[in-house]
Amino acid sequence: MKRLVYLLPLVLFMGLAGYFLVALRPNHDVHELPSVMIDKPAPAFDLAGLGDPKPLALEALKGHPFVINFFASWCVPCRLEHPLLMRLSEQNHIPLYGIAYKDKPADSARLLANFGDPYRQVGIDQDGRVGLNFGVYGVPETYVIDSKGIIQKRFVGPLTAEAVDKELLPLLKKLGQS
Amino acid sequence: MRRFVLAALFLLTAVAAHAVEPSERLADPALEARARVISSQLRCLVCQNESIDESGADLAHDIRMFVRERLTAGDTNAQAVQALVNRYGSFVLLKPPVEPATYVLWYGPPLLLGIGLVGTLVWLKRRQTTPAEAEPLSADEARRLDGLMRGTDV
Repeated sequence: MKRLVYLLPLVLFMGLAGYFLVALRPNHDVHELPSVMIDKPAPAFDLAGLGDPKPLALEALKGHPFVINFFASWCVPCRLEHPLLMRLSEQNHIPLYGIAYKDKPADSARLLANFGDPYRQVGIDQDGRVGLNFGVYGVPETYVIDSKGIIQKRFVGPLTAEAVDKELLPLLKKLGQS
Repeated sequence: MRRFVLAALFLLTAVAAHAVEPSERLADPALEARARVISSQLRCLVCQNESIDESGADLAHDIRMFVRERLTAGDTNAQAVQALVNRYGSFVLLKPPVEPATYVLWYGPPLLLGIGLVGTLVWLKRRQTTPAEAEPLSADEARRLDGLMRGTDV
């Protein structure tokens, strides 16, 4: 019994080391907030379309799984993920819709004209209210929504090729089959 | 002199200023006061260590406006806060709620204090019992002590 006491520091150390192993794992951002919107219905929106008389409305998108990407022309990380979005739309043909978050429509239009437009449709969320309803706290953010309008996945910050290939595309494939 | 007083006055009022912009304020002072109370309890999600009442961030502005809209529409304070928790999770609350995920946070420190207290008590008790009551000297020992005191060891 007495001997076991001498093992206590070792046990404590192993506990701490285990915790740090999980908490400090690579690709884990401690500032990234867990989303409470997963598995919940996406908040309804009906936004004026960018360069398009047709509005971008949640109701109209239901029926097939789709991807919503919040972006802005003033957002630097959005430029970073832009080539990836182009690939997703041109090669993978995924149903990708954009929401221009707190951006002047003319600026969003110029961005898409200069760098290419990966979106099937873009909605204008100039006052950021739709973003707020989604719980967006910075652009870019990307949401995968199933055919019933339930949020399945949220990506905070720019998408990476790894996240797209290992998570986004397999998830969309799975949602499309069910 | 008047200029000096005026400057001092401006300086003093500047300290009390918050990030709440004049255009955001509600006309009804009672509602505005409630909005300020709620704002001071909400975390700005961009800066993460400031309340939205203090933060100049764009998102903080949006949330301040959101809170005021909800209050104007007739929400109670709790309903307005809950609407934000539904969107951002309980992380928007500067004071974390007591729920299973935060049990360690709330009950951990008192628990550790309790373990320490019990440990200390046990240790103190054990230390006391050993040397506390010495047996009285036997007749032999008393005689030898007497001799020692007188300086004539047997």
